[in-house]
Amino acid sequence: MRSKRSTAAIWGVLGVVAVLAIWELYKLLGPSEGLVVGAVDGQTGSGVMLLPRTNDRAMPHVWDMVARLFQSASGGNTPPLIVPVVTAALTTLGIAAAGWIIGVLVGALLGLVMQRWRLAEWGLLPWIVVSQTVPLIAFAPLVASIGTQIDRGGTPWPQWLSVAVIASYLAFFPVAVGVLRGLEAPDRIHLDLMRSYAVGYWPTLLRLRLPAAVPHLLPALRLAAANAVVGAVVAEVSIGMRGGIGRMLIQLAGQGSSDPAAPWGPTLGSIALGLVAAGSVALLGIGLKNYRRGEATA
Amino acid sequence: MSDDARIAVRAAGVGKIFPAKAGDVVALTEVDLTVSAGEFVSLIGPSGCGKSTLLRLIADLDAATSGELEVFGKSAHQARIDQDYGIAFQQAGLLPWRTVAGNIELPLELHGMSRAARAARVAELAELVGLTDFVDRHPDQLSGGMQQRVAIARALAEQPRLLLMDEPFGALDEMTREYLQSELARIAADTGAAVVFVTHSIPEAVFLSDRVVVMSPRPGRITAILPTDLGERDEALRESPAYFERVTAVREALHGAPVERANER
Repeated sequence: MRSKRSTAAIWGVLGVVAVLAIWELYKLLGPSEGLVVGAVDGQTGSGVMLLPRTNDRAMPHVWDMVARLFQSASGGNTPPLIVPVVTAALTTLGIAAAGWIIGVLVGALLGLVMQRWRLAEWGLLPWIVVSQTVPLIAFAPLVASIGTQIDRGGTPWPQWLSVAVIASYLAFFPVAVGVLRGLEAPDRIHLDLMRSYAVGYWPTLLRLRLPAAVPHLLPALRLAAANAVVGAVVAEVSIGMRGGIGRMLIQLAGQGSSDPAAPWGPTLGSIALGLVAAGSVALLGIGLKNYRRGEATA
Repeated sequence: MSDDARIAVRAAGVGKIFPAKAGDVVALTEVDLTVSAGEFVSLIGPSGCGKSTLLRLIADLDAATSGELEVFGKSAHQARIDQDYGIAFQQAGLLPWRTVAGNIELPLELHGMSRAARAARVAELAELVGLTDFVDRHPDQLSGGMQQRVAIARALAEQPRLLLMDEPFGALDEMTREYLQSELARIAADTGAAVVFVTHSIPEAVFLSDRVVVMSPRPGRITAILPTDLGERDEALRESPAYFERVTAVREALHGAPVERANER
């Protein structure tokens, strides 16, 4: 078991190293101005770029990206870049967590209702699937404006709450489907057994369906966490909320030409954010390991 | 003893039809069977003869389409509500997240028995099926035979007067199977419970039962009921001529039953 786990860890590290190596190798060998076919002279941006540029402005060295994190954020006496990156990432993490909780509650409720009443599954499931095809960019301003109206109406509705609601919109989907599938997971024999004990819906739910749903629930919760992070980042950008990592990404990307390594700071920050979010859910799985017996565990 | 308590199961003209798009499937027709209290009765027959269906009707997991079915003088439904039977299936059907003790006490827990009383009962049952040292294990740490023993202990947890078993040893190897047959014979004798036992195996049916009910498919029905009259169940019985005689009789009844035998019932 331990050797299996350490093997997995080694492969994980190798994967990351491989990405870095490919980046640096291409930077070393690729054409510095890229390879463009069919460009018209004097017309910038014309033609089709087949190979991306490798100059320092387009592709900073990996070590420059890391070094930039520890240099002052915007010159002068400002703290190193990593400080605002971590602050922004934590802000977004908090909002994503709120979105995750809302999404999990709504998703679980929908899953329960759909499992309980077949008619509800027929009526709700298509809408739930369709809901995920609505682009977030279209949906976010709507939520923001509803939020503003509520706020004007006297009930306080901070901007971050809108972001959390938008994040929950992405998070609830895997939970709803996972809960539905999970609650339907018990074997026929177990359902027969509960029937033979002449117990009703609630004891069956608590003693059988919920525990049996755990193996379906954990991946759903992990997916929901990743979705909540993506949703929160995109929502921050699209409704223009300050303080989060999404806004910071856009801001620093705008300065990319003069400070090419800087946007990679918040990029790494958002990657770390996603890992922390998914990792926290994985911790939940450790606490529930008795409910995952019989599952093929890696 | 009142009449209700002496008769565990009484079926009269019981039939079961499963509606299907391609036409109704007659799973059982005109089943007449009486199982006395404390009696061990096996249902045997080829696939599709309705033996499992009959068991499910007695357990009120499915409802009969026609006829009368009584369990201890009540409707099968009422008997299920009153928890008059314990049941075991071909798969042990243990909850993988619960320990052996947790699985055995599941029905007790669901029916609100106190923690202390449950612990005492679990200890008794674990002793009865010889799993005292394994109560803290999880099902995935047990062999198939041990899992099935847990399932039997669970079925016995509430001291039912009737035990319903649907090929409980069907998935086990021959050695484990014979061992558990002897154990079951002992347990049934100890508890005094009536047993309705579905099986594919002729020797198993003969070894365990007071009466063997032979069934036949299309439509599922009872074709013969053979008493065994073998007395005490011990290992010597498996080698006795009387035992082989009964095995032959059941085999004859199963494969092209002579007309006289059908008349006998």
